[in-house]
Amino acid sequence: MTESKRVVIAMSGGVDSSVAAALLLQEGYDVIGMMLRLWSDDGRASDNRCCTPESMALARRVAAKLSIPFYVIDAQDIFFHQVVTYFINGYAQGITPNPCLVCNQFIRWDFLFKHATVLGAQLFATGHYARVSPSGQYKFRLLRATDKAKDQSYVLHILSQSQLSQTLFPLGEYTKDQIRLLARQFNLPVADREESQDLCFLAGENYRHFLRRHSNQVVNPGPIISTSGQILGEHQGLAFYTIGQRRGLGFAYHSPLYVVKKDVSKNMLVVGTKNELGEDELEVGNINWISGETPSSEFLAQIKIRYRAPFILGKVCPTSRKTAHVKLNQPRADITPGQAAVFYQGEECLGGGIIQP
Amino acid sequence: MNNRRIYLDYAATTPVDERVMQHMLPYFQDEFGNPSSIHRFGQIAEAVLEESRETVASIINCKNDEVIFTSCGSESDNLALRGVALASRKVRNANHILISPVEHHAVSHTAQQLSQIHGFELEFLHVDQYGCVDPDEVAQRIRPDTALVSIIYANNEIGSINHIKEIGSLCRELNIPLHTDAVQAASYLILDVEELQVDLLSIGAHKFYGPKGIGALYIRKGTPILPIQTGGGQEFGLRAGTHNIPYIAGLAKALELAQNDRADICEHLIPMRDHIIGQILEEVPNSFLTGHPHLRLPNHISFVFEAIDGNFLLRMLDIAGYACSSGSACKTGNPEPSEVLIACGIPPALALGSLRVTLGKYTTIADIDAFLSIFSGLIQKAREFSPNI
Repeated sequence: MTESKRVVIAMSGGVDSSVAAALLLQEGYDVIGMMLRLWSDDGRASDNRCCTPESMALARRVAAKLSIPFYVIDAQDIFFHQVVTYFINGYAQGITPNPCLVCNQFIRWDFLFKHATVLGAQLFATGHYARVSPSGQYKFRLLRATDKAKDQSYVLHILSQSQLSQTLFPLGEYTKDQIRLLARQFNLPVADREESQDLCFLAGENYRHFLRRHSNQVVNPGPIISTSGQILGEHQGLAFYTIGQRRGLGFAYHSPLYVVKKDVSKNMLVVGTKNELGEDELEVGNINWISGETPSSEFLAQIKIRYRAPFILGKVCPTSRKTAHVKLNQPRADITPGQAAVFYQGEECLGGGIIQP
Repeated sequence: MNNRRIYLDYAATTPVDERVMQHMLPYFQDEFGNPSSIHRFGQIAEAVLEESRETVASIINCKNDEVIFTSCGSESDNLALRGVALASRKVRNANHILISPVEHHAVSHTAQQLSQIHGFELEFLHVDQYGCVDPDEVAQRIRPDTALVSIIYANNEIGSINHIKEIGSLCRELNIPLHTDAVQAASYLILDVEELQVDLLSIGAHKFYGPKGIGALYIRKGTPILPIQTGGGQEFGLRAGTHNIPYIAGLAKALELAQNDRADICEHLIPMRDHIIGQILEEVPNSFLTGHPHLRLPNHISFVFEAIDGNFLLRMLDIAGYACSSGSACKTGNPEPSEVLIACGIPPALALGSLRVTLGKYTTIADIDAFLSIFSGLIQKAREFSPNI
């Protein structure tokens, strides 16, 4: 008798990961479901987007329906220390962090992955929309999902070759509509919940309120200055503003002004006209190259500077093993330090890193 | 996946014995009457009800009308605590409740509500390192205004057996009602309420191969008690609600079988229990037995392990095909150290590394050998992984 390969699927009670589990089962894998219990503020667990008691109950029902074992793994401490702290400290340092990247890197593909290994799993799967292709110049390539509107390769650019070699994305070849249909065909008890892009641990709270409660560093008033150096008003703390923001600056001016820069070292918020907004050059650090190798020369790529941003053409010039200088073909008004810049060529995600201040 | 699953969690629940199942079946469809009805259907159902009550009464050595059927062990505990506390306050202005710190939540949470909402003074006794109450301390702490004392007969988490007989005789002397939660004890220990000298005793059928959703409470005649579920006059006015005849018949049959088979089952289980305890203590470094080494349930094995996450171990055991439990067993990923282990003086970090293995009449020596053959390897693996996670 040949033993089927054991795979752990990260479940959330949502339609995507539930169908992913069913598809793995259909393909003959020995499937175990796992769900992370993530950190929530006291009393807000029922609003946490990822692991409410309701979604846990739902995931449990899906697992029972599929007759697979299911376990909830306590990740509250590690999530707080790795992800929430990163989020709070990032804002305190004047950047706009993307905690989902850190969560994938340290919680899903490390902490949960290890828990999967302990139960004898050789493979790890999630309900992300992306594809892994074991062909090409190097062993494992990360590709955009077939459903381009749902593609989540942006948040997966942190994966290494060894992680990709053990990762399955069962939804990669499907469209969201097909997945909804499959959920009905498999008769899975999933609620087609409204998708939210809010961070799970904010539990519906405005991030500014959250920051005020959790960090005494973020409330740090300083001057608002124009690009020519004229003081126009006072800001409450750089964390509360985003590049490109126009409203809520708290002073009147004869023409519309936008946040064009956060000068962290001087604690100054720089505002300017629309023409002054936008840059076409950025420095990217802490890069993960999917191939595991830093390209030896500059190359043209389609670049995403936010999860939901369009692709922009540009030139990527590696400046060291993990850093690169990027020159976009056109200026962008929303280049935000702390978010990831991710490089693509066609279907393939080559890697990416964090936009530097 | 290993499809052979071995059940080692009989303290959580047991399968229904085939003889019990057969005994219940006629009362779902053929003889389905309501015992409160006047007609023949009702009369037949009433006969089944009263026969079942008599079976239970004869086993626990009490009068028929001292047995109340409830929906489960927890409801029996709730009725005992809330019913007696409220009645004792009414008849003799008693406001003090005395319980052990190792009670099942059905007792402790009810007592806490009586304290928080109804203003009773709740006092906790001490337990020794094995989770046992000292009868002398009970005698010292009882006051004239003590509404009731509640002490678990045998603990669900650590298997320790309390000296209920001694405590019972002290309470009887002082004329203070004593309740004992005998839910875990029912399969294995003496339930003779005259011998135990208890005033109230809770049982639940699913712990002794009966169905889930049915329990009973012994209430000694003369004990002040008020109903907590009001409505019709069923169960001598103490528990309103149409009688669940098939389940009541099932409970009585299951208790009868448990009583008849008790000596044989204990003889079957005790050597297996001691074999597991001995081998694990010998093979697994930094392992500690929780609960009493001898005064423990014949089917009950419980440990704490250093440098082990109990839930982590349970998952590994489950995937290997062994269903066990722990004091901090938690399905929602939010483990807290068990209050029972803490009360025994076990440090919280160590208490998170707990394991409970409970055997039953269908456990075989082959099951135990298979379990022991993988266990120390699994612990070693868990310990190797834990620091890396």
